[in-house]
Amino acid sequence: MHEGGSVERPVHPTADVYLRVGAVLVILTVLEVGVFYVPAFRPVLVPVLLVLSAAKFTLVVMFYMHLKADSKFFTFLFGVPLLLAVGVMVALLFLFLGALTLRGAAGTG
Amino acid sequence: MTHAAVTHHTSMGLDNRKMAFWAFIGSECLLFTSLISTYLVYKGKSVVGPYPHDILNIPFTSVSTFDLLMSSLMMVLALAAVQRGDMKWGKIWLFSTALLGLVFLGGQVLEFSEFVHKGLTISTNLFGCTFFVLTGTHGAHVAVGVLWLLTLWVRALQGKLGPANAMTVEITGLYWHFVDVVWIVIFTVVYLIQ
Repeated sequence: MHEGGSVERPVHPTADVYLRVGAVLVILTVLEVGVFYVPAFRPVLVPVLLVLSAAKFTLVVMFYMHLKADSKFFTFLFGVPLLLAVGVMVALLFLFLGALTLRGAAGTG
Repeated sequence: MTHAAVTHHTSMGLDNRKMAFWAFIGSECLLFTSLISTYLVYKGKSVVGPYPHDILNIPFTSVSTFDLLMSSLMMVLALAAVQRGDMKWGKIWLFSTALLGLVFLGGQVLEFSEFVHKGLTISTNLFGCTFFVLTGTHGAHVAVGVLWLLTLWVRALQGKLGPANAMTVEITGLYWHFVDVVWIVIFTVVYLIQ
């Protein structure tokens, strides 16, 4: 046991909250697939899909993985590598796809 | 070990297994992001087909996505049941989670078989290589999760799992939900954004 201090015991959501989050996740998935098939969304398809995906990701992490109620240190342990990973991904995309675009614009690619 | 579960806490008052597992999940973030980045960097650079729009089956994968989301719901319901000592429902939800995981794996086997039948293998083109490595790695994680869940279920059947071991179920859940959030990203990036 932890010596000389209180042990942190987070209060997890109830089954009712889990069910409501599950319903929202299903609705967001239906929206994602729906947006994919509606031609009117073509110009904004990528940002809309990324926002819906990020919303689903956040809901699962906050409620099902309990980061909303758990110690902020767990958020730190998860958030720092996640930010690092996203940063590396963005850098790689700029490095490869950005370079292609620049070459194309210069008429050399 | 329902009556003899030992808890280990760090000087911060946090469970050390849970802390280690969050660090592991952080490392897994880096693994999957590297695979997703590789897929994106090589996207549209295949010189021979089949190409993504020729072969990806969105309705089928949407059902698989729904299946995995529901398995996450079953997992948290299993944790809630174990925490309140309702082992009857704990066993039912744990088995349901594993079953939905198996359904997802079955769907992935069907999808891969269809792709190979249509001429897309890991060595066909850049799309095939990056797609199979990314989704295959995810599938391997799902398979490990299913085995882990079935092990917990068997322990529950033997009476060796109870509220005292709720942290074990919670850590299993963390792994399972992480596999789910990775799929949320893969579904959007690989299947929907073509």
